[in-house]
Amino acid sequence: MMGIDPVTLIAALIVASTPILLAAIGELVVEKAGVLNLGVEGMMITGAICGFAIAVDSGSPTLGFIAAAGGGAALSLVFAFLTQYLLSNQVATGLALTLFGLGLSALIGVSYSGISPPVTPSLDIPGLSDMPVLGPILFSHDAIVYLSVALVAAVWATLKYSRVGLIIRAVGESHDAAHALGYKVVRIRVLAIMFGGACAGLGGAYLSLVRVPQWTEGMTAGAGWIALAIVVFASWKPWRALIGAYLFGGITALQLRLQAAGFDIPVEYLSMSPYVVTILVLVIMSSDRNRAALNAPASLGKVFHATG
Amino acid sequence: MKTTTTLLAGAALALGLAGGAMAQDEPLQVGFVYVGSIGDLGWTYEHDQGRLAVEEYFGDAVETTYVENVPEGADAERVMTQMALSGADLIFTTSFGYMEPTNNVAARFPDVMFEHATGYLRNSPNVSTYAARFYEGRAVMGHIAGNMTESNIIGYIGSYPIPEVIRGINSAYLHAAEVNPDVEFRVIWAYTWFDPAVEAEAAQALIDQGADVILQHTDSTAPMTVLAEAGAIGFGQASDMGQFAPTPRVSSIIDNWAPYYIERVQAVMDGTWESSDVWGGIDSGMVEIGEISDAIPEEVRASAQALADSIEDGSYHPFTGPINRQDGSVWLAEGETADDGTLLGMDFYVEGMTGDVPN
Repeated sequence: MMGIDPVTLIAALIVASTPILLAAIGELVVEKAGVLNLGVEGMMITGAICGFAIAVDSGSPTLGFIAAAGGGAALSLVFAFLTQYLLSNQVATGLALTLFGLGLSALIGVSYSGISPPVTPSLDIPGLSDMPVLGPILFSHDAIVYLSVALVAAVWATLKYSRVGLIIRAVGESHDAAHALGYKVVRIRVLAIMFGGACAGLGGAYLSLVRVPQWTEGMTAGAGWIALAIVVFASWKPWRALIGAYLFGGITALQLRLQAAGFDIPVEYLSMSPYVVTILVLVIMSSDRNRAALNAPASLGKVFHATG
Repeated sequence: MKTTTTLLAGAALALGLAGGAMAQDEPLQVGFVYVGSIGDLGWTYEHDQGRLAVEEYFGDAVETTYVENVPEGADAERVMTQMALSGADLIFTTSFGYMEPTNNVAARFPDVMFEHATGYLRNSPNVSTYAARFYEGRAVMGHIAGNMTESNIIGYIGSYPIPEVIRGINSAYLHAAEVNPDVEFRVIWAYTWFDPAVEAEAAQALIDQGADVILQHTDSTAPMTVLAEAGAIGFGQASDMGQFAPTPRVSSIIDNWAPYYIERVQAVMDGTWESSDVWGGIDSGMVEIGEISDAIPEEVRASAQALADSIEDGSYHPFTGPINRQDGSVWLAEGETADDGTLLGMDFYVEGMTGDVPN
């Protein structure tokens, strides 16, 4: 019986996690701005087909990823318009956005089934990529993997240290106070929603262009919901979102490999463990008396109307 | 409204359906509940092809509706109830996990006929079950896989550990081991019928473990892309997946539901519908073997075809003894063939399989 090669496992884990990491980091910013967009799944799958279609038609994966970000952002604008200008309920609108995205992507994707997309090259760095162990784990991925980690770092730095980050957080904690200070709450939120849509679109395209890589209707199969759970799991902290995403992706990759290697393991428990961990984290955090540890933006999901 | 009725009656007359119990002057309403999307190019796709065949055959005499991506469980019950309330006369529920919901809803709507795929519960007289003997196709795939593997490791992506899937694994294993006694099966349970990312990942994990032939019992074409990249081969599942021929898809098991669906719709129209349990194999046309591609050597193609033919004409049963259970106890004695009851409840591996069936 062969064992599991930890190097390929970790490399596979990173690839498996990147779609949900991208979607989660986008949603994190949206929620930090006080908006709960449950349409992540819809934006992901729209990004998946937009990216796939453009990559196939143009032959360029780069153009595909750009189109995916654009497609996700465009779809999120529907949500932004409904919730920020028409003041619709964010939960209902988000759910509707998911249904709409699934249908729209199926419609666009009719003629793209069974086609292979152009290959997204890995960025082999001379010298570094050939290193044993670290080479395959750290230095032989495609650009999007590095972009996703860079995005986490950028979001963390922006939220923590920059004036822009302070404004986003202010809008998310108390939109009335931010409004009173003269910040354009709606405009800031619309931009945050678009950022979230673009990230979700990128994550979807990573599925259809790199991880699977093909177009199949409904191919995100719930990845968007996992991304939403990760934001909560991460208690709205960017680096924790990275850990959460790698944990989810890692357990999937690990349990499949354990099975393939013939280990006798209770797969059901392993598959459900990330969800159990999420629930545990939530229980522990919410048992905190002053709820400070929960760290949820105070205005999350609340409708803002500039009258007061 | 009057015009519509006349037109429909005319259409029904033209189709020769107006006799007998054609009392209804409205088209027969037929509903389909799907577990995946009709574009999955696999399981649900083939059921939808069956639905389209019904529409084409009966024309204006039927109206079909379908709901896709219905989760197994409480949601399914809601969808079926909704269909029954909005006037469906016949409802096909096309996944194993719809078994309880179908029977629950059927008990509440005695005038609506229900057809449940791959299940065995028929609690009320308005429930039928139907399934195909996919294990017959699996035998042929196993035969090809055993001949083609060079690493002697064959990967198998299973969905859920239910009798249907376990039967397929056993059938494939027996016929692979028959031509290649050194063959070893590695099974991954994906715990999903349809999740392209997980299916692709599972295929990759099997290839990393040395598998060069992979069978799948999940519905998407995602593993095919991984196989193509790795130079391994596999088989179309539920649908031909012909766009991946000649490799990595070297053959396939095709579910052909159309004749059965047409027959059952006709029975409702004629008023002759009654609860039944149909399990059709290669001989009934419900299970088809997709074209074996040129990537397979001539003699293997011939022997695989001969195996399929012998199953079709009834001279050979894929589970013919001597076959032992995994623990070494005797299941089928020399020359004995498996009865349908044991096959339908199969929850054990045959001798030679490694690993355990999860509970």
